Formats: sequence, structure tokens, C-alpha cells
Amino acid sequence: MDRELTRLTAAQLSAAMAEGEVSAVEVADAHLARIAAVEDRLHAFLHVAADRARAVARRVDDRRWDVFTTTDMPTTCGSRILDGWQPPYDATVTRRLRQAGVVVLGKSNMDEFAMGSSTENSAFGPSRNPWDLRRVPGGSSGGSAAAVAGFEAPLGIGTDTGGSIRQPAAVCGLVGVKPTYGGSSRYGLVAFASSLDMPGPPARTVLDAALLHEAISGHDPCDSTSVDAPVPPVVAAARQADVSGLRIGVVPELSGEGYQPGVLARFSEAVELLESLGAKVVEVPCPHFGYALPAYYLIAPSECSSNLARFDGMRYGLRVGDDGTRSAEEVMSLTREAGFGPEVKRRIMLGTYALSSGYYDAYYGQAQQVRTLISRDFEAAFEQVDVLVSPTTPTTAFPIGERADDPMAMYLADLCTIPSNLAGNAALSVPCGLAPEDGLPVGLQIMAPVLADDRVYRVAAAVEAALDSRRGGPLLDSAHGLDTGEA
Amino acid sequence: MSIARAEVAHLAQLSRLALGDEELDHLAGQLDQIISAVARVQEVAADQIPPTTHAVPMINVFRDDVEQPCLEPGQALAQAPAVEQQRFRVPRILAED
Repeated sequence: MDRELTRLTAAQLSAAMAEGEVSAVEVADAHLARIAAVEDRLHAFLHVAADRARAVARRVDDRRWDVFTTTDMPTTCGSRILDGWQPPYDATVTRRLRQAGVVVLGKSNMDEFAMGSSTENSAFGPSRNPWDLRRVPGGSSGGSAAAVAGFEAPLGIGTDTGGSIRQPAAVCGLVGVKPTYGGSSRYGLVAFASSLDMPGPPARTVLDAALLHEAISGHDPCDSTSVDAPVPPVVAAARQADVSGLRIGVVPELSGEGYQPGVLARFSEAVELLESLGAKVVEVPCPHFGYALPAYYLIAPSECSSNLARFDGMRYGLRVGDDGTRSAEEVMSLTREAGFGPEVKRRIMLGTYALSSGYYDAYYGQAQQVRTLISRDFEAAFEQVDVLVSPTTPTTAFPIGERADDPMAMYLADLCTIPSNLAGNAALSVPCGLAPEDGLPVGLQIMAPVLADDRVYRVAAAVEAALDSRRGGPLLDSAHGLDTGEA
Repeated sequence: MSIARAEVAHLAQLSRLALGDEELDHLAGQLDQIISAVARVQEVAADQIPPTTHAVPMINVFRDDVEQPCLEPGQALAQAPAVEQQRFRVPRILAED
């Protein structure tokens, strides 16, 4: 029974609870049992709040949803510098989840401060991909993706700055969504790159992602970049699952050299499928997308170097070397040296360089001009088509360790996802099959204009329905990485 | 080399990172590689293109200035590395001369 409960989608669980067929406590217990069974192999979580989850589940069963206090779990961002830190307030996303009666099972693993594509940059060790435990689950929100794909949790929350929800979703066989920038609140999200960060769902189905998207979205006065507009009708779109008459553009710049043949094969099939479902498919060049990666690796580190200046060991978090003889500045430098991992240091240094006097115009300034060119490419494209499509990632999940000390190789994992962060538009990844050469999941990325998030759900739901029916069940039924040794 | 080791050492100081020698050497090579790659933006950037700072531009976003509960001193200091007289205790900020 426990295993069956963990296989249900969030929408099914919600319906079963509403009908009184199952209690929130039973659902929480089933997932906690699954976590106990597989977590030593998956390492998706940094913190499992079993007792608290059961207590909250009991309140959900009693319909006493309004008694939540502030958070009582550590928030570390996968970093030593915040090891053990307990935030004094809840993020808006957390508050909305609690109001919706969502039971938080724990905090999932991630690349330190969301910088990475594999969770290998977590100070607490990498998570593993439920399809193949020797491979990465993607990143930075790889712990959430591993937990959801490994049936430890029905839903996850991630943040997407350059692809950190869509890329792990793609390589774990999940649906992952970066909402329109400003669509959900960043209040209480530890900032990496403020003009790019956006919270969103990894989920096992398009409908589950839409339900979570709707629950966390909407204007928040605590976030000055939050958009004061109605939440796009994403749940209705996920149920509509119809692409007839829709104009779909294929981005030629996001394919070709450097892309795994099996990824391109599944992508082409997905495009043919959309055509067979009644969509009109054309090729739409986006000539500046090739410059998105370099622009991103100037803009994101610049914002990172500024945002992470707050971790100075003075008011919270780690403090190192305060022996009474050293100055505040020396203590800050020793603290940050000890508290940050290699990738975070690399990006702080890179951002400091790009923002420094004499280089500002040549690097940060020009990267912002390229950002304009990429937005213009999107605007021109969306005059011709309703959505754009591409592979979500150039390759399937790579082996743990393969790119760990090769930053440029690691950065390429976000090649296709970055343009939508720079332009702020909605984008989603939906599974479109397994690459024949390695049997690992491939993601189809769907991109829609700012505040047209419903369109990406509409297309993804159509693809999901057609592929599930062709396959005779969900793609995740083929994930066997955790099967060994399980009763 | 687009970036010299001495410059990397200076950046570390600006970034308040007490990097060791070995770490500095390793990072200098990597930064050089990354900077050469990202410099590609210069191929298409041009003066007449306005910069984009935020994807969904908004200006002068205010909310009403309403009195509301805030953290108690105990809550604000709960995670501090060092506390003295209900304040954050920090190392000296001025030189001793």
C-alpha cells in the first residue's frame, strides 16, 4: 500500500484525500517510508523533517491549516557558510504551500547557492539520478528532481536561474517549469542572481506541475519584481492538452554540433508528434541565442558577487578566525574562504572582475546589450509562432565526476535553457522519451511569451498524453536505478 | 593570458576570499579560460543597443508604509555568531594605531 501511494500523482493523492479514501498522515508516512528505504542510495535530501511532516499532516487531516508557525528547518543552500542556519521567517512560496495544506517532508539537496548543473557542488555531497545511480540528477535543483523521480515525494520546489529546474527535470524524466519572471515571489528565496532567479515546480506530470505552479504564484508586495497580474490559467491549460491550430517554432540555433544524437532524435520525433496532433510547425531562427551562454556567465556571476557579499560572518552563519587579534575584514575573508566551495568562489571572482572599474563596460555592460538582443529574438519569434521548442539539454544525465572540475563543460548543460532566463519568458521541460544510446530521459523544452505560461502547459500536456498512450504508461515506470535491493 | 595571476590575487582581496596559493593558481587558469569564452559577447554588442537589466521592467515599485510586527531582538540575534549586550558582536573594524 505504501509503495502504491508513492506512485500516485499529486492530483490523484489530493482527490483521494478529498474523498476520504486516504489520510494526509498515511500519505506522509508512505513517503517517509520510501525515503527511509532509498535515501541512503539517492541522497536527495539535506534534511528530512519526519516528525514535523507527520504533525502537519495530522493538522491537515483535522482541517486546522492556519496554525503554522515560522519555519523550523535549517536552510543551508547546500553551503557550509549556512550550515545549521534556521531562518527567522518563511519565504512567500513556503507560506503559500503551507496555506494550501502542503506537507513539507524536508529540504532537498542542491548545488551550493544554486550554482551548478549536477548537485556535485553541494557541500553535503551529490544526489543521484534514480535512472542510474552513477549519474547526476542534474542541478542545481537536483535533489528535488531526484526525490520526485525516486518517488520520495510527489512534488518538489526548485529555483531556475539558468535552467536549474528544467535541466534536472529533463535528465530525471520529469516535468519542470520556470514560470514567467515575477510570476511567483522571490521573497525569502536566498538570492543568487536576482534578475534571473524564479521558483517553480518539478513534478511527475504536467497537471501536477500546473497545480503547484498555481498554488505558489501571484503578486506579492514583499517582492518588488513580482508581477501584479492574474496568474495565467495553467491548470485549465494542462487539462486542455490540445495543440490543434497552434503555431510552433523550432529554434535551429539550439541543435546540431555538441548535441547527443539520441537527444536530437527524440526531439525530432516530438516535433513530428506535435505536427500529427494538429500543430503548425515552422523553423524560426533566433540568431543571438548562441550568445546567451556567454552573456549569462557575465550577468549571473556579477549579480552573484553582489548578492553573496551578505555572507560576511557578522550577523548569521559561519564565522572563522575571530580570535581577538584579527580585523573584521580578515575574519570576513577567512570565513568566506572556509565557507564557500570552489564553484561559488569562481563565480564571485568572475563577477567581481566583470563589475570592476575598467572592465564594466566591456563585460557586464555588453552582456546586458546581448540580453536585449535575445529578448528581441524572442519578440520577433513570437510574432510568427505561439511557442518555441528545442531540446531542454544537449545531452542526457552525465556520470558523476565527469565534469566536476571542468567549469566550461558543466556550463554547457544550460545551453538551451538560459535564453528564457535572460528574457524572462515562461519555459517548461516535458519528457519526450529515452535516448536510444543510453536509455536515459530526454526533455522537450517549450517556451512561451512573458505571462503566457498557460501555452507551455497546453503543449506539454498534449505531448505527455500522446506519449503515455503510445507507451501504455508513464515514462518513469521504466526507471529502474533504485530497484536493486528493494523489497 | 587574458588575466594575470596578480590580478586574480587582487580580485580575491576585493571579493574578501582568503585564497591559498594553490587555489589561486588553479582559479587563475580557469578564470582565464572562462573570460576568453564569455568575451564572445563583444562580437554582437553595440553602443546603440540599450542594456536590459530586468526582463520584466518595472520602476518605482512601492508599497504602503504600514506599521507591522517585526523580529524581536532575540529572534534577530538567534543566529548570530557572537552576541554581546543584545547586539551583534563583531571583530574590530579600525586599525589599532
